[in-house]
Amino acid sequence: MRDARGDMRRPVGLRLWLSGGWLTLLVAGAIFAPWIAPKDPLMQDLFLGRLPPFWESGTEPGFWLGTDSLGRDVLSRMLYGARLALVVALVAGTLTCIIGAALGLIAGYYRGWPDRIISRFVDIWMAFPPVLFAILLIAVLGPGLWSIIIAIVVIDWTRFARVIRAEAMTQGAMDYVASAQVAGRKRFGTMLTEILPNVLPTIVVLLTLEMGIAVIVEAILSFVNLSISTDSPTWGGMIAEGRTSVHQAWWVLVFPLIALFLTVLSFSQLGEGLKDRFDPVLR
Amino acid sequence: MNGFLSIRNLTVRLKNGSPILRSVSLDVAAGQVHGLVGESGAGKSMIGKAVLGTLPRALSVTGGEIWLDGTNLMSLSPTERRRRIGATAALIPQDPLTALNPSKRIGPQITRRLVDILGWSRQDAQDRALELLGEVHIPDPARVMRNYPHELSGGMRQRILIASAFAAEPRLIIADEPTTALDVTVQKQILRLIADMQTRHGTALLFVTHDLGVVSKVCDTLSVLYAGKVVEDARMHRFFMRPIHPYSAALLAATPTYTDPTGSLTPVSQAVIDGVEAEVAQHDARRAQ
Repeated sequence: MRDARGDMRRPVGLRLWLSGGWLTLLVAGAIFAPWIAPKDPLMQDLFLGRLPPFWESGTEPGFWLGTDSLGRDVLSRMLYGARLALVVALVAGTLTCIIGAALGLIAGYYRGWPDRIISRFVDIWMAFPPVLFAILLIAVLGPGLWSIIIAIVVIDWTRFARVIRAEAMTQGAMDYVASAQVAGRKRFGTMLTEILPNVLPTIVVLLTLEMGIAVIVEAILSFVNLSISTDSPTWGGMIAEGRTSVHQAWWVLVFPLIALFLTVLSFSQLGEGLKDRFDPVLR
Repeated sequence: MNGFLSIRNLTVRLKNGSPILRSVSLDVAAGQVHGLVGESGAGKSMIGKAVLGTLPRALSVTGGEIWLDGTNLMSLSPTERRRRIGATAALIPQDPLTALNPSKRIGPQITRRLVDILGWSRQDAQDRALELLGEVHIPDPARVMRNYPHELSGGMRQRILIASAFAAEPRLIIADEPTTALDVTVQKQILRLIADMQTRHGTALLFVTHDLGVVSKVCDTLSVLYAGKVVEDARMHRFFMRPIHPYSAALLAATPTYTDPTGSLTPVSQAVIDGVEAEVAQHDARRAQ
């Protein structure tokens, strides 16, 4: 009667390798930016304006991905921009996750009045247009790193609350939760030991998704010039600047756009890959 | 009180007031097996859930008493009640697929009860769990303790749930259709296992099922439930020889017998249903006055 089901193990998939690889590269680039960036990201030189990337003619050595209209090195600015993008992704993503998941878990497991209060709050919250809400918040708080993070947490915790609430409700109706209660376990303890481990895979997926979203929101905010001070390089700021000269120097716009695209995609793929690995039922 | 578990006039209603259980009374004597039979929707499972305090939130107990080992559970505070139930009763659930936490290994799920309820050390609980898994005929218990639920078959999981129900030596076990979700080939083994464990441990057992064939094999006494009302309460032998209530008789006639495969199946006739429905209506009318 030996059961073979326990012997299955899934290999690490290609998408986990690719997305993990890109994010590792990005983290390394962000951490070591001061040492590996070929130029000072803020140094302007109008004689070196709009240099094309290295494979085209008319380049200067050292400016691998060309320069913008003020002669600043695109690659160096992207590396420094990655620092802000990743800090925002990690801090805002994690805070959003903790607040949203905790409220969702309580609403979905306890039901009754906690659920009614939290759910109505989420409904009302979601009726605000998110980007306008964020812009308004930053206008009030003033630009700065913490303002961006707070804005992201404030507009996005509802996503977690909604999904985790639904998951907690499904898990809460399972017999094993009833069994834990029959065994005399307290309600709060049951929530932490029985429900939380089973919604964790979903939380991980949402968290990585949220990190991708945080990167995008930060880019949007810097695109409309509401991010941190204007002289620090950000991907969104670069895209905004590159937009005005896209016909003369496409690389100023395209490279940060590619970095943004790959990062957001990697975060979501990483989440899916991790879910496959950590969900005991799918594994 | 004449039972280890004594339910007196238990009424359970939906939040909107419609009755689910209509003054149910029944007794489960210490060390005996009491069957609870009825068609689906009759409220069989709700009796078990009311006793264990795991009723769905749309339902609530609106009247009656539940005496467990001489204490009326309804008079206790929720915390006190939970502690009392945890120490004296356990559940063998209907669906083995959802009754084990999918994200935890089997071992801790069994030992947790022993540590929680009896205050045993982790090592003692571990040894006892191994012994119990052996008792329910699980091969290689040490390996199974390290498995996750999804790595085991339904029959194995039901054995584990049986082992875990008996783990803390409860004096009452409520088995809620323990064989319904299983393959027919496994049902018989599981049934025999529950009966064996019950005899060996001397536990009182409330056995909820819709299958009279199953009842005849394991129970000492039984109650027949229709629309949340007990229509007949009987000792096993008498019930199968001479059922008193027409609905019970019709139910018996509707049970297929394996010894007589050519015999026709008689559905419960409309007249019988009308009769028992009238009784229920009468009961409701009396209550309303």
